[in-house]
Amino acid sequence: MKRSPSCGSFEHGLSRRAFMGGLAAGAAFGVPTLGASSLGAAAGALSNDLAKSQKRVLMVYLSGGVSQLESWDPKPGSKTGGPFRAIPTSVPGVHISELLPHTASQMHRLALVRGINTAEDDHGKGSLIMHTGRKEEPGIQYPHLGSVCSKLLGDEAAPLPGYLHITPGAGGGSSPEDAAFLGPRFGPVGISDGKAPLNIDRPGGLTPEADLARQNLRRKVDERFLAARRTARTEAFTQTFDQAKGLMSKKGLFDIVGEPDRLLDSYGRHDFGRHCLLSRRLLEGGATFVKITHTNYDTHHENFDFHIEQLGEFDRSFATLVDDLHLRGLLSTTLIMVISEFGRTPNINHLYGRDHWSKAWSVALGGCGIAPGAVVGKTNGQGTEVVDRQVNGGHLFHTYFQALGLDSKKNFYIDQRPIPMADPKTEPIREILA
Amino acid sequence: MMPDEKKKEAAKKDAPKKDDSKKGPAKPEVKPAPPYPGWELDAPKQVAECKHGAGLLGCWFDPTGKWLYTSGQDNVISRWDFVANKRADLAGHGSWVKSIGFWPGKNLLVSGGYEGQLIVWPVDGVQPEPLRQVAAHNGWIRAVAVEATNGMVVSAGNDGEIALWQLPNLTPVRRWPGHDCHVYQAAFRENGKEIITADLKANVRVWDTATGKLLREGKPVAALHKFDAGFAADIGGVRAWGVNGAGDRLACAGITNVSNAFAGVGNPLIQVVDPKSLKVLQEHKSKEAYQGTMWGVAIHPAGFVLGVAGGSGGMLWIWKPDQAEPLRVLKQPDNIRGMALSADGTKVALAQVNGSARVLNLKA
Repeated sequence: MKRSPSCGSFEHGLSRRAFMGGLAAGAAFGVPTLGASSLGAAAGALSNDLAKSQKRVLMVYLSGGVSQLESWDPKPGSKTGGPFRAIPTSVPGVHISELLPHTASQMHRLALVRGINTAEDDHGKGSLIMHTGRKEEPGIQYPHLGSVCSKLLGDEAAPLPGYLHITPGAGGGSSPEDAAFLGPRFGPVGISDGKAPLNIDRPGGLTPEADLARQNLRRKVDERFLAARRTARTEAFTQTFDQAKGLMSKKGLFDIVGEPDRLLDSYGRHDFGRHCLLSRRLLEGGATFVKITHTNYDTHHENFDFHIEQLGEFDRSFATLVDDLHLRGLLSTTLIMVISEFGRTPNINHLYGRDHWSKAWSVALGGCGIAPGAVVGKTNGQGTEVVDRQVNGGHLFHTYFQALGLDSKKNFYIDQRPIPMADPKTEPIREILA
Repeated sequence: MMPDEKKKEAAKKDAPKKDDSKKGPAKPEVKPAPPYPGWELDAPKQVAECKHGAGLLGCWFDPTGKWLYTSGQDNVISRWDFVANKRADLAGHGSWVKSIGFWPGKNLLVSGGYEGQLIVWPVDGVQPEPLRQVAAHNGWIRAVAVEATNGMVVSAGNDGEIALWQLPNLTPVRRWPGHDCHVYQAAFRENGKEIITADLKANVRVWDTATGKLLREGKPVAALHKFDAGFAADIGGVRAWGVNGAGDRLACAGITNVSNAFAGVGNPLIQVVDPKSLKVLQEHKSKEAYQGTMWGVAIHPAGFVLGVAGGSGGMLWIWKPDQAEPLRVLKQPDNIRGMALSADGTKVALAQVNGSARVLNLKA
């Protein structure tokens, strides 16, 4: 679905970032240009106060489908419970898996939704639900949460792209199509393996004066081009240069080696620990939406051994991140979500594995707008069904938006056609909102 | 029918029939001598089925062969008089149990649970109750072995530590950091003077029991481990092992050729190692393109090697000690997660995913 650039759409009526996702990454990597709009003097660093009041989002995506029974909704001693025990948390009466001891100590800053039924066991489709709040529908593509947040919460003057995706390996993470009708500028910019984008420094042979002259020339050409052929894509394309320049001005954020040893140890000196620390630096540095993908949880075989390994890595890093956000005064303005595309079967298969299970699983939320320590939803004794407060991706999206202070019942407009921000058949999970 | 086919059919009818009377008396079929006389390797008969209920994790014969012990996903160890099909449950662990050892002289059993606890039980008695329980490891205990003469116990697991205990009270003797990853196997050798351990990453280490000093180490069975970069996880390790009577052949079992760690796509493999040189002496593989893990291995007193697997159906293979390809391939009714061989070699028990252990008679 293409957006008309001059339709008076929601996009143009709202404050938005000057920098774009998606194609922006291309500019950072040296993609040829049509031109660029002015970065402007206002693109300086946000003041601390402003930064702290800005709403932001941290999404931790446990790719492949983390087991709810080995994380947020353990069933020890039951036929389906597996070998792990449940441990108490910092919230009296709330227990989670013993694989998450550090996270358990942060439970008073988090909340659990234990009654999710997304009814979709396919990786791609499940992921779509959890990223857009909608099931796949013919004829329309809904924007991912990161793109929506980039658009609605982002600051036009911020030098960082609104939607950053820290990927576990090299490549990936930049997919402009995630922004759907919002336009590619709101797509994610991939941060491969948490490393600064390539070519982030100005080429050595280029003086600042020559660079400025080059930028000015490009801007003039861009302006002439855009005057005649302005579309969302061309606009996004030209703005990739502003985004690249913004990233260049913030390249210090990617350099985590200057952090104290104690903090580096606490986050963990492995990839995910490094990515968590980077996410905090990016959020603190003005990013609106940071997604970290941790892989892989698709444990059809040896579910328990692999969850020890994967959650062992996740637990301490994530708990440190929550604590660090709190200590820096950012937690109250940062919505945290730990999600997957689905959970895993209560039944333990012949390979000591668990398969895909979307009928009864859990996510963890926390921070901005979320009631600390809340637990909503309940599954039965063997974890096979939701028995209380069943919700789906639509409910979660209403909850996210409400937690961020956005009216989830508003619409986007495409050519004056209203597109509800969140599935109108669902409501926020009010019990978990602060 | 096409015209050509009709002609062929008619020609068949018209052809003279063979006159069997001209062949002379039928020669008696000469069967080749069995490779292991006295042992039934073609179709071992099932003599008992112990229906534990929950999916099984392993099974063990006590040293006398009187009892079979099973452990299941219900956290329970069951003791079976498999001849009379009588069961007694040993309840005390708070998680799964995959390691059991016996002290024959004193009729004691030591079990290690995934909750990190060691429990001492009497082997006999109507309803065995725990005699002693200790919190032994931080995380899963995956290996327990008892030194038969003096009743020393070695335990190891996910915390990487190797711990020594003295029976009957599980008095702590010594512990040391042995591995930087999950320890899967531990055993005494050389009459208790040495301890041999193996881990997830297929490291094999030999320790001096008296001091805990590392005597030698190697990675002879590296084929049993892989770091799957796609899933960012280690897969494999020495999932089962068995030693021969002389103690000079250690059969290590697991999965190899892993192409998809999270779907268990790989092939079962046994690598027989010389515990002194830590060099591979022989490999044993499946004949067919079987996918799964070798969850049990034993070297029979008669010399042949038994291995069991689960993954794409239950399998029991039997190999000659010097051959890679199996001598016998015996398909089983369900995926298998563990195997026990009685001390006299007459019985083999197979722990199945469906919750029952089948006892087969190997004596011809």
